Amino acid sequence: MNENLTVVAILVGILHSGIRLATPYLYAAIGETFAQRSGVLNLGVEGIMLMGAYAGFYVVFQTGNLVLGVLAAAAVGGVLGLAMAFISITLQAEQGISGIGLFMFGLGASSLLFKTTLGTVEGVSGFPELNGCLPGGNFCMSDIPVVGPIFFGHSVMVYGAFLLVPVAWWVINKTTWGLSIRSVGQNPQAADTLGINVARVRYMTVTLGGVLAGIAGASLSISLLNIFQENMTNGMGFIAVALVYFGSWTPFGVLAGALLFSLINALQLWVQVLGLNIPSDVAVMLPYLLTIIVLAVPFKRSLQPAALTKPFERGEN
Amino acid sequence: MQKRRTFSFPIGKVIDLSLPLVAVIGALLIGALILFLLHKNPIEAYTAMFAGAFTTKNGLADTLVKATPLLFVGLGIAIAFRGGVINIGAEGQLIAGALFTTWVGLTIGDSMPGWLGITLCIAGGTLMGGIWGAIPGYLKAKLNVNEILSTVMMNQIAIQIGFYLLRGPMIDPAEVAAGTNIPHSARLAKSLDLPRFTDIAKALGFTQSAKKLGMEGFGAQLYGLFVEPTRLHIGLLIAIVMAILVYIFLWRTTIGYRIRAVGLNPAASRYAGINVSRYVMLSMGLSGAFAGMAGSIEILGLHHRMFEPLSVSAGYGFSGIVAALFGKLHPLGAIPSSILFGGLLVGGDKMQRAVQIPQVMVTAVLGLVVLFVVGTDIWSRRRANQRIADSTETEAEAVA
Repeated sequence: MNENLTVVAILVGILHSGIRLATPYLYAAIGETFAQRSGVLNLGVEGIMLMGAYAGFYVVFQTGNLVLGVLAAAAVGGVLGLAMAFISITLQAEQGISGIGLFMFGLGASSLLFKTTLGTVEGVSGFPELNGCLPGGNFCMSDIPVVGPIFFGHSVMVYGAFLLVPVAWWVINKTTWGLSIRSVGQNPQAADTLGINVARVRYMTVTLGGVLAGIAGASLSISLLNIFQENMTNGMGFIAVALVYFGSWTPFGVLAGALLFSLINALQLWVQVLGLNIPSDVAVMLPYLLTIIVLAVPFKRSLQPAALTKPFERGEN
Repeated sequence: MQKRRTFSFPIGKVIDLSLPLVAVIGALLIGALILFLLHKNPIEAYTAMFAGAFTTKNGLADTLVKATPLLFVGLGIAIAFRGGVINIGAEGQLIAGALFTTWVGLTIGDSMPGWLGITLCIAGGTLMGGIWGAIPGYLKAKLNVNEILSTVMMNQIAIQIGFYLLRGPMIDPAEVAAGTNIPHSARLAKSLDLPRFTDIAKALGFTQSAKKLGMEGFGAQLYGLFVEPTRLHIGLLIAIVMAILVYIFLWRTTIGYRIRAVGLNPAASRYAGINVSRYVMLSMGLSGAFAGMAGSIEILGLHHRMFEPLSVSAGYGFSGIVAALFGKLHPLGAIPSSILFGGLLVGGDKMQRAVQIPQVMVTAVLGLVVLFVVGTDIWSRRRANQRIADSTETEAEAVA
């Protein structure tokens, strides 16, 4: 009986952390979905996340205002997204390589800023956990057995990330702008003929992707971990890009991928906590191995936007 | 019909060749702006950087020591990019090579002559790097897996395998005995150390230091670089020989020609009967092999043991991309470009000590260089397209 309770508690713990850990991936990968659906591969997500994490943290550290922190992260992300848009759309640079440049810039610049303005790892009090308590009452939603602790006790940033998924789906599939995004990513020549401004649509999606990547970084530094460290994203941005492929360029596919990935990560953390006989280094490796395997599964590959990574120039063909 | 001009000043070509320089200057200017905003003096910083990297014997030696892995990695990157695949996984391939070299080195120990042991170690590391690169190549060729993403994942896997091995099977027994358990391997046998420049100079009979010979100024520093004890090892020479071999391979052999053909136009290559997926795997494998060789040389020439994977790879997997791009993806162009960026890395370190500006600044500048190089490439491409348009026009005129 007692053992059963522990198993339940561990499962609840894994699911709770899984939902939590999916947050940065969701923001970044949904943003990247917009960019890729319009035909631009932004591989610099990792660098933007780092800059966003720093900006959000620094503002909260100085002012204590969490909303301002998120706005700062979004603004920094937007500027970097705009820079990426300029380089890949106007200057038609090779997108894989310019993404690496943006990653290196973000990594170096965020570390430089961290070292010159903070110096040591500091903490802030980030977004509070919402337990869904009734006003004045003694009852909290998180007290509901099993379901409560899994779905409640997360910060508003976590719920925001999950809310973003249906919103993104609606924007991409049900709005005129979404139609423009899809047509620009599928057949820019045809879209251009129909009077859609290809460059403008792409500028908007890549900038939006930057904004969301910045918020993804802030979700780490002022919601999940409440610290800033050099290279604190440690590859999350690249995983987010992989999740877009994994989710075959749809928001709900991305959600499934992000949840799977973060659950395995949470499982891996719990394996370490429980001291099971698996070397922790091997456990840490599993999500990456899984990503490669999943990328190799040839399902729904045909959904890849036809013009992905291809610059568009008027008058071609 | 108009007569075409027979000679014109090659302004386009001049612009093409100066674009990388513009990129570096632009990156440094943005870097200066950032420093200025952080209330640091950019001129002071850059002076410390340049002086630290290029004016003294030890600075020059460190620059060349760092240029060595950059050149190896850069050669691999150049092969991959020429073959139309993007290899972001040099970091992991370098780690795989370094790990396997260490394993081979620990296994053979002192049991054979140094030259044979070193050859085996390098061969092992190169092979392992090659395998680590060929896996994403295979996935790309056979299962259409995006190689950018798979190589990034392979990096993380290599890092974790490295940690696992260094905490377990490969850990230095002395660390276990002392109970400190720092994850690094035992030191390899001395016979496996790559000869340093000073050893060669000694063997050739140069034993006097610059001071003793009464030399002064930069000449004395240069003399010291090659004769006095520094960290500079023959890995640099191996890398330069490799650069020449890669040049010959890519431009003077059928296989090299096919790699470039696949990179330029896979569809046309397929019609011409080239097995495209085989050449994709080959370019990724070779690319990984050179990164693996970089790892080998770092272990044998510099560290003599394996320790934390990310400290061994030290970002060379990414800065090597910068070196390759800056060298216009030409094996010989990668030589000066590696030295320049080796200098930038060393200079960053000196700058940190001299004027307290963190070395990570260099990473940001490297990123900006990449952005500038790929961003300004459009002008070279436009010119190339113009040339093609011009020549078809001429042909059309000739037919008319």
